[in-house]
Amino acid sequence: MSKVLMKGNEAIGEGAIRAGCRHFFGYPITPQSELPHYLAKRMPEVGGVFLQAESETSSINMVYGAAGTGFRVLTSSSSPGLSLMQEGISYLAGAELPCVIVNVMRGGPGLGSIAPAQSDYFQAVKGGGHGDYKLIVLAPASVQEIIDLMQVAFDLGDKYRTPVMLVGDGILGQMMEPVELADEVTLPEITAKPWAAGGLKGRETPNIINSLYIVPEDCEKLNHRLFAKYEAIATEETRWEEYRLADAEIVLTGFGTAARIAKSVVDKARAEGIKAGLIRPITLWPFPSKVYAKAAEQAQRFLCVEMSMGQMIEDVKLAVNGKKPVHFYGRSGGMVPLAKDVLAEVKKIMAGGDE
Amino acid sequence: MAKVMFKRPAALTDKQFHYCPGCTHGIIHRLVAEVIDEMGIRDHTVGVCPVGCSVFAYDYFNMDMFQAAHGRAPAVATGIKRTLPDRMVFTYQGDGDLASIGTAEIVHAAARGEKITTVFVNNAVYGMTGGQMAPTTLPGQKTTTTPKGREKEAAGLPVKISEMLSTLDGAVYVARVSVHDPKHITQAKKAIRKAFEVQQAGLGFSLVEVLSTCPTNWGLSPKESLKWLADNMLPYYPLGVYKEPAEVK
Repeated sequence: MSKVLMKGNEAIGEGAIRAGCRHFFGYPITPQSELPHYLAKRMPEVGGVFLQAESETSSINMVYGAAGTGFRVLTSSSSPGLSLMQEGISYLAGAELPCVIVNVMRGGPGLGSIAPAQSDYFQAVKGGGHGDYKLIVLAPASVQEIIDLMQVAFDLGDKYRTPVMLVGDGILGQMMEPVELADEVTLPEITAKPWAAGGLKGRETPNIINSLYIVPEDCEKLNHRLFAKYEAIATEETRWEEYRLADAEIVLTGFGTAARIAKSVVDKARAEGIKAGLIRPITLWPFPSKVYAKAAEQAQRFLCVEMSMGQMIEDVKLAVNGKKPVHFYGRSGGMVPLAKDVLAEVKKIMAGGDE
Repeated sequence: MAKVMFKRPAALTDKQFHYCPGCTHGIIHRLVAEVIDEMGIRDHTVGVCPVGCSVFAYDYFNMDMFQAAHGRAPAVATGIKRTLPDRMVFTYQGDGDLASIGTAEIVHAAARGEKITTVFVNNAVYGMTGGQMAPTTLPGQKTTTTPKGREKEAAGLPVKISEMLSTLDGAVYVARVSVHDPKHITQAKKAIRKAFEVQQAGLGFSLVEVLSTCPTNWGLSPKESLKWLADNMLPYYPLGVYKEPAEVK
């Protein structure tokens, strides 16, 4: 193992390669461009394919083709690009194709800003495309965690035959941190995919990659099958981090960059005698609802910190289920919450100033 | 001894086509399947079908198949070909799919010289959704969205895909054929074969535009439709080879 200094966006690329991904299709967009730059050089070194598509619409459909032949495949973009991909993501979910989709989020709506944001939470976890489906959504909070979760993302995608999304933001993508990397790139074991449609090659029955079920009864059956799978994922794969939670009177929560800021606020609040703790969902879907429900038994208040006008807070409220008040502090449009402002919010709430 | 002179190609399943009487999709499916059989490539060919009347083509071609989102078949085919460069990959697309919603995908697949083959079925109308104007609908042609006939001022003029794509360096074989009579069917098959051979030789992107009928939405009998194609489509969409690499001439 070696420690190397890496940019978040580059770590996404290297993490994918370490996870056995050899195909990347993408379209340029700020603030994730270092990722395609990295993979344009790196993919040929490992015998992989880097292809710059004509649009995000095309990239996601190239992903559909590559995933359908059974290969591990990656695409990445930032918010407006993800909006364009939603049609393809719905098809990937319907056809049950594993792949990894990265969103390095920026301010919106519209062309928005190129600064870091988290305002695509709803799009990621509530189904940004049409139809009944869910994605596994992973939210790393450090460059090391990006590397680690890229492996998890590809493994879960293959295990459940489902598209997986990894969400970051402009800060996480641009910042450099030391990461532990194995010296050798080794190909991990990849599950056999007998459903893949890469040519018969001696097989009798053709494999068909499809999301069309013209008979409504059949389409409902597909949805039931998908949701049975989602239930299994929710039971088996929910991930989160707890920090100083046991005796916390106020529980801060957030994901990714916002969670890192919130975590530093927990320490600052504790230093001032406020019993603060943190819940950081690592999987945004499945959401760690039970952790909040349990915390609500002893904590007095919750504070959800987001780089948006408040999206994850809806899931936090559902999980807390009215047992305790859930407050919100957010900045949006590419603005980032400052620890001192979040701390001031914590103090105000604990002094009863936000009733 | 009785000898089998004519049978279903191995590259077609025994599933009955759902196409309307007189629709030429069936003929074009058969031509593609015969070419695949004759070249002996069924075992390593992957097809991509569109959204439109031929959406169920995955049930008819007896090989690994993909169903793609509307217009995106060339992008899907690119993903397949880039993971498995030794496979033969074809898309089968109608005029709404390819010439309207999927123009970006087909243009850039061609521009990249993607080593895939596209069978482009042009019948100048949207079939499945109910006979609306297509980008290839002829001037004056009545459709459900051009009840007085296509007017240039409101809807512009038809897109000539073969002419347009043949200007791209990456598109190495582009031909327009028709299936309105046996002679033209034979020529169409030769063009489809050539397009597949171009792919097999790794020369670049190949496309065959096939002029086709839609009796249901044209409001004509099958027989009248064949005549309408010859009288109206052939003058606007000249048949011929628009581009051909020296290697396969």
